[in-house]
Amino acid sequence: MSKIHVTCQINGEPQEFLCEARQSLLEVLREELGFTGTKEGCNDGNCGACSITLDGVLVDSCLVLAAEAEGTQIGTVEGVAGAEGLHPLQQKFLEHASLQCGICTPGFLVASKALLEAKPNPTEHEVRHWLAGNLCRCTGYDKIVRAVLDTAGQGS
Amino acid sequence: MAASGNGQIRDFGDRNFKVLGTRPIRHDGVDKVTGSAVYGADVRLPGMLFGQVLRSPHAHARIRAIHTSKAMALPGVRAVVTGADLPAPASDDEVIDLGEGPARIKYLRDNVLATDKALYRGHAVAAVAATSPQVAEEALALIEVDYEVLTPVVDVLAAMAEGAPQLHAGLTTKVFGEDTGKESNIASQVRHELGDVQAGFAQAAFTAETEVHTATVHQGYIEPHNGTAQWSLDGSLTVWTSTQGAFTAQKQIAAVLGLPVGRVRVVPTEIGGGFGGKIPSYLEPPAALLSKRTGQPVKIVMTRADTFEGTGPTPGSCVRVKIGVDASGKLTAGEAWIAFESGAYPGSPVGAAAMCVFSCYDFPNAVVDSFDVVVNKPRSFAYRAPGSTHVAFAVEKVMDELAEKLGKDPVHFRLDNTAKEGMRRSDGVVYPRIGAKECLEVARDSEHYKSALTGPNQGRGVALGYWFNIGYKSAVTASVNTDGTVQLVEGSTDIGGTRTSIAMQFAETLGLAAEDINPSVGDTSSIGYTDVTGGSRVTYATGWAAYEAAQDVKAQMIKRAALVWEVDAAQVEYDDGSFRTKDGGKSIGFKELAGKIDATGGPVVGQGSVDPEAGVGGSFSVNIADIEVDPETGKVSILRFTAVQDAGKAIHPSYVEGQMQGGSVQGIGWALNEEYSYTDEGRMANSTFLDYRIPTCLDLPMIETIIVEVPNPGHPYGVRGVGEASIAPPPAALSAAIKNAVGVNLTELPMRPDRIVAAMTAARPASVAAG
Repeated sequence: MSKIHVTCQINGEPQEFLCEARQSLLEVLREELGFTGTKEGCNDGNCGACSITLDGVLVDSCLVLAAEAEGTQIGTVEGVAGAEGLHPLQQKFLEHASLQCGICTPGFLVASKALLEAKPNPTEHEVRHWLAGNLCRCTGYDKIVRAVLDTAGQGS
Repeated sequence: MAASGNGQIRDFGDRNFKVLGTRPIRHDGVDKVTGSAVYGADVRLPGMLFGQVLRSPHAHARIRAIHTSKAMALPGVRAVVTGADLPAPASDDEVIDLGEGPARIKYLRDNVLATDKALYRGHAVAAVAATSPQVAEEALALIEVDYEVLTPVVDVLAAMAEGAPQLHAGLTTKVFGEDTGKESNIASQVRHELGDVQAGFAQAAFTAETEVHTATVHQGYIEPHNGTAQWSLDGSLTVWTSTQGAFTAQKQIAAVLGLPVGRVRVVPTEIGGGFGGKIPSYLEPPAALLSKRTGQPVKIVMTRADTFEGTGPTPGSCVRVKIGVDASGKLTAGEAWIAFESGAYPGSPVGAAAMCVFSCYDFPNAVVDSFDVVVNKPRSFAYRAPGSTHVAFAVEKVMDELAEKLGKDPVHFRLDNTAKEGMRRSDGVVYPRIGAKECLEVARDSEHYKSALTGPNQGRGVALGYWFNIGYKSAVTASVNTDGTVQLVEGSTDIGGTRTSIAMQFAETLGLAAEDINPSVGDTSSIGYTDVTGGSRVTYATGWAAYEAAQDVKAQMIKRAALVWEVDAAQVEYDDGSFRTKDGGKSIGFKELAGKIDATGGPVVGQGSVDPEAGVGGSFSVNIADIEVDPETGKVSILRFTAVQDAGKAIHPSYVEGQMQGGSVQGIGWALNEEYSYTDEGRMANSTFLDYRIPTCLDLPMIETIIVEVPNPGHPYGVRGVGEASIAPPPAALSAAIKNAVGVNLTELPMRPDRIVAAMTAARPASVAAG
């Protein structure tokens, strides 16, 4: 079976890979390229653990075929922190104890970052609506929502 | 840098701490917000093969034969194994303790790979290793299994009935520990008795009773199960897995594979949630067999559907409760009948349910009958306060009804009868100091409880729940670095911030800062035996082991100071980070003395190991729920929710709040949405997160918390486990709120919109209903 050659950027760095037509972007990110910060919780678009941005749009990477990534800009959790240190959202997630087991955390961070870029001062309801596609079983969401609101409050 | 908090704390102890009660950033935090933490599915070894598991499409079938030759012939397939490849246990009755309940090795083995029968849809029957997950998946379709399909039974009462399909030939009912010799799906019946129940009911001015049914629900962790195994030619086996207990996994894997435990090393990865469901091992034994067969490491990761259909869940149940009160409102007697669906093999937490059912109140007379019943569902395993939620739903409903009959406020009525120190429970336990009364008083006096509801179709419910917590074995070692920091290795896998709650207790004991401690989770080769992360035991027992390790370090460091000063060690004391001679002449800080350990005898390594049997402090939780029911659709919206819980001492209040919030929200999901929907053929019809709907953040308000601190006399810092009790009250609190909102009394979980609408329709006068 011939493979498909894909060229893209991941967290601002050029990447190329070969994939099968059937492979999801999640699978390639994790298994071929080593971006294991992006997690698999359901592989059918219902938990948000594999959230990434594709050309700035928040998507579940399990629902994107790897071949569709040709020419795109991909953002994963590994790109949320910068050279200068943690992103304010990461800092607030730590200060508010917004994670327990941490498996959903990468997806929540990527989704929350996309939210604040689209809507810098969301209401609590807007935060809850935006993050409804990300499941967390540990926290009851309280401390996640507070961290996002607190980050917005400091104008990130 | 410290964490911030929003909840309230009410301390009933008179204690001052330096580190305990503060909110440092968790030690593993940066790894977990940057994506660098390694979970089970992230493990990758050189030459690794990928495994997949074939599962039974039938809920109940005899396996006549399994043919694997076509699968083996597929290019890329390296091995296929079945239940026949697992060694038979030495005896059918051999049992191992998993920390939250014992398990029979034969059943563990048959659950890992079925032998003679498939007992639920999703039951593993074979496993394949191949060069890619896709090839392994293709190979599954080429395995031919010859099934004789049998009639399934998936309901507890149906399974108990005479003439029900029998799951296990030779399973006979044990009544009060005695084998009756009678074949049945009822594996056991146990009775607890206290006082004279008949006389108690004879004294009652009022009685109330209910029968409730609760659906099978799943722990619902976001990370599916996984296991990676490498079988070495020297006969040793190494396993990487996300588990609640490396040593419990080691014990199970060794038992199922017939190996001595010393040949099995388990390396626990980070774990993406468990709630009891990641105590059992599923994938590790087949991965090990495949590795042995191929000589290469093998990784297997479960799908979400297989996680629903093949792991967990918590039992469905039927619970009947009757309670009597005298005219003054004092309880006179309680009677409970509890039947749990254990799933495919015996061993449900019905015993824990029997311990919890009358645990919240002072019953002078009580009788509790409990039944462990096998059905064609996955073998049930622990889920947060296992068994307590089922029975709290029944008991709290009856308590509300009695309060109504007495014309009393439901919280005041509970306070009149609250369990207290010295009380003997129906299962024989006598309470030490407990915080049930304090939790209820704090709830009663809360701004939330005093506030008024604001609209039609709104209602408030309050319920009390309990979990007894466990002690068990823990080990910690502490190595002092020459810069005065400490490497702390502990055996408890960290499922929610316990590296930090353990490190804080170590730091408090030595007067150090939490940030100076570097905690890590050891594997089975690097730390002493430690039981599962379960039963709310880690901060309690492993924290206690850290306290002991700190005492050991202190004693060793005192000797070093004595050497430096050339005085007798008895002349040296330690307080708040400094060693000094008792005459006050000499003094040196911990860090400064740590700099001298190389010159005074070498490494300072402290150790602590504990197995607390007495002293485990149970925890009570009160939940207050305000809801509004949409009378057209039956949808329940949660307007406000408060969780109150006794932590003994909240080591890290933010993570205590997180346990309270997370537990209550799991209880909310159990109450309103979650259930395994079964077809008549015994197939789960909703094995995705779309159709098995756990709460999303849009379904919830903020979860307000009030931590109550009634010190546990059985722990150096008064700690009680806090991980579980908060799941117990929500179904009862929400059913009370629904009743108060729209007048219907729902006795079946989940309290779905359609059930609420049906109950409201049935409650309307006939003429209105007809119109």
